[in-house]
Amino acid sequence: MPFIPHTEKDTREMLAAIGADSIEELFDEIPAELRIDHLRGVPEAHNEMEVSRLMRERAAMDGTPMCFIGAGAYEHHIPTAVWDIATRGEFYSAYTPYQAEASQGTLQTIYEYQTMITELTGLDVSNASLYDGASALAEAALMAVRTNRRVKTGLVLLAPGVNPVYEQVAVAIAGAQGLTFERLPVDAATGNVSFDKLEAGRNPVAVVTQQPSFPGTLEDVDRLSDWAHAEGALVIAIANPTSLALLKAPGHWGEKGADIAIGEGQPLGVPLSSGGPYFGYMTCKQQHVRQMPGRIVGRTTDLDGNPGFALTLQAREQHIRRTKATSNICTNQGLMVTAATIYMSLLGFQGLATVARRSHANTTRLVDGLCTIDGVSRLYDGPYFHEAALKLDRAVAPLLTALAEQNFLGGFDLTDFADTDALLVCATETKTDADIDAYIAAFTAAMG
Amino acid sequence: MSELIFEKSRSGRRAFAQAPVDAPEIAIPAELLRSDEPRLPEASELQTVRHFTRLSQKNFSIDTQFYPLGSCTMKYNPRACNALALLPEFAGRHPLGPVSHGQGFLACMYELQEMLKDVTGMKGVSLTPMAGAQGELAGVAMIKAYHDARGDAERTEIIVPDAAHGTNPATANMCGCTVREIPTGPDGDVDIDALKAVLGPKTAGIMLTNPSTLGVFERHIKDIADMVHKAGGLLYYDGANLNAILGKVRPGDMDFDVIHMNLHKTFSTPHGGGGPGSGAVGVNKRLLPFMPIPVVGKTEVDGEALYDWLAEEDIPQSIGRLSGFMGNSGVLLRAYVYMRMIGRDGMERIAEYATLNANYLMARLRDAGFELAYPGRRASHEFIITLKHEAKSVNLTAMDVAKALLDRNFHAPTTYFPLLVPECLLIEPTETESKETLDNFVAAMIDIAKAAKEDGVEYKEAPYRMPVRRLDDVKAARQLDLAYRPESE
Repeated sequence: MPFIPHTEKDTREMLAAIGADSIEELFDEIPAELRIDHLRGVPEAHNEMEVSRLMRERAAMDGTPMCFIGAGAYEHHIPTAVWDIATRGEFYSAYTPYQAEASQGTLQTIYEYQTMITELTGLDVSNASLYDGASALAEAALMAVRTNRRVKTGLVLLAPGVNPVYEQVAVAIAGAQGLTFERLPVDAATGNVSFDKLEAGRNPVAVVTQQPSFPGTLEDVDRLSDWAHAEGALVIAIANPTSLALLKAPGHWGEKGADIAIGEGQPLGVPLSSGGPYFGYMTCKQQHVRQMPGRIVGRTTDLDGNPGFALTLQAREQHIRRTKATSNICTNQGLMVTAATIYMSLLGFQGLATVARRSHANTTRLVDGLCTIDGVSRLYDGPYFHEAALKLDRAVAPLLTALAEQNFLGGFDLTDFADTDALLVCATETKTDADIDAYIAAFTAAMG
Repeated sequence: MSELIFEKSRSGRRAFAQAPVDAPEIAIPAELLRSDEPRLPEASELQTVRHFTRLSQKNFSIDTQFYPLGSCTMKYNPRACNALALLPEFAGRHPLGPVSHGQGFLACMYELQEMLKDVTGMKGVSLTPMAGAQGELAGVAMIKAYHDARGDAERTEIIVPDAAHGTNPATANMCGCTVREIPTGPDGDVDIDALKAVLGPKTAGIMLTNPSTLGVFERHIKDIADMVHKAGGLLYYDGANLNAILGKVRPGDMDFDVIHMNLHKTFSTPHGGGGPGSGAVGVNKRLLPFMPIPVVGKTEVDGEALYDWLAEEDIPQSIGRLSGFMGNSGVLLRAYVYMRMIGRDGMERIAEYATLNANYLMARLRDAGFELAYPGRRASHEFIITLKHEAKSVNLTAMDVAKALLDRNFHAPTTYFPLLVPECLLIEPTETESKETLDNFVAAMIDIAKAAKEDGVEYKEAPYRMPVRRLDDVKAARQLDLAYRPESE
């Protein structure tokens, strides 16, 4: 009986106190015709030693290939202390800090997180996080509708560089509430928005810009934000948090700054782990805070006048407002935010900027090297951060298979997105010059 | 409060071991770069470790305290689940990596889907929803998609009992449905006449939790299912309380069409200070075409299993994607490890001992003079006591008891939920707690009530022994302080 402490004597005494003859009797309110005898599809129990062996065998099947894929999830060095502390039982096995006096550790950590992420994004306030970057776009779009109430179109315009999966997720989550998502015209040479082809007067409720873009380009965020504001739209920024150590913060985009910033928090100390659990960050201007979804932590005082932390503005949330809530979201990604806060504390701004610069330099070395191969060139002109799109003279899929056989994850197949044979590559600070050169050599060989 | 990490910060101090080799050259135009410097902490590695270790010590947690939070299933989270999910190959696996480098992970996910199908009696499982509330969203979206696909687009009403979690009505609203709330009868079961009155051609479905949030098993579930199905609606099962019935009765056998499970409750993945959760959904045959993607599929190639993703082309009527990749996959791995350690017999033991613990605690508290909200009923894995009399006679409220328990080193039960029971405590001990712990909890409860009744002790200012006293929530909401700005200190 794994993890059940009862001795036979305990069970006897407890049944006697209840006045029942058997545990089975405690289920006598369940109609007999609904009961099942046994589960058949769950295997027999295994002890920790046996399951550990199984999991190690499974893990070995996946191996540790050298990864040059980004496309929304990024391999970074995670200081050992991050998960050593985040998985302390006091963080790992606590729950939502509804009893504030017994949850000051979690609450102060979230307050510090909110401070750090607002500093990075250049905006005033942050929530305690959402599920992930993609679902954060859905929540941001719904928030824009609540905030920008004069606009009734429900039209959300997406820059061409917005991650296509983010759009799919936003449609799945927010589509039922009358929102429609449309793409702005693209300039084929740069991969960015085509300002010449922009159509005024569509009356969008929000314009979404991703920086760096999904295919790695850098958008003229100032100009696009000013255009969006002139059109009466709110500006929603999607930004990679590592990039914000170098790139202009969304709060300073254009004349007025973005109204809402969201993004995938995973690069801040969260392992790749096949796609989750990650966390979505969300920050916004002060005046929009009451339309923000999700938990928020505030600093206040206790009965003795000493400072302390508590969940606040809960009147926005589902457990109070029910159908009128800003979202049905209940949890934040508490443990991931704890890890991110420790990560940002350990790196500091200078450390994060070094990670960003080294990743940029590594990707530059990778791209320059690959572009010396016949049949490989840049897909788009212009600068990039730590990820760039390459145009190939042949199908990408077989090439990636050949590289995988050499234990290289060669990049993300961008063919569907770009509508031409294209590959998206990324080299973060985790790669050495030797790693990059080995990949270029393998790529050269695979290109024959 | 502890000093903030920002207040420990000193200009120029760093955790140097964490910095990569710097690269001074940046080929990005200046107008795209930031000119300001965000104020992240500047601290040494030891300072950071010490700061967050000390913060952790200000939390109550399952590892340190009894945590009988009703409807949250705060059971022991086995350490092995975490360690094995973080094996380097799993932790480092890129979500867009090829299936050739993911057969181990995908095998675990496929087997998890199969085990969850068996445990729930459903025909298909999708693991992608990232929390219970997102599982609900997936479920209601599938119900809507089902009706729409049949040209039955008028069905937009979702029926929700008054005892339901707030996420139920909020979810129905997000899916573009209207909510019809129905009352609960005096014995804790759904008011059947009230249900009859709201059923009709607009009924899309009903959302039920069974055992309910009142801690009792809905005895008329078969009749309810028949009535709703006859009216053309579907049944949604909120899996918040699945722990109570594992291996005893299955939602599929109760005729539910779609369910979500809270893997962070029933299958013991960490609550993490409020997430990540994981809200896998299960469907019966008629909703299989609408499952959220991706799902893990299995084919046999030359007698060898090959696991692969099923996506848009495989499930063309899917309600779509709910996350950037495939949900909280690392949480799913933890649930997989847990289920393999528990095994089929262990599943039944979980329900048995969770129920034994709840009924024992209920009997002891009843015998000690506490009033049960549903005295004629068995407890499922949780139960409710109400302090409505104590609140009037000696000014002892549910909030007071909650805060007084903290001073006695117990986490409080869920308070003021469900909303229909006044001054209530919803208590769920879980199967992993020992009889001694339960006895100590009963002693604390008796002590608190006795002091109030006999000695006139009030707890309005409790707790006294926590890192902070009772906090000013009104001030927190009125004078918003959501981030540290040294200039405004």
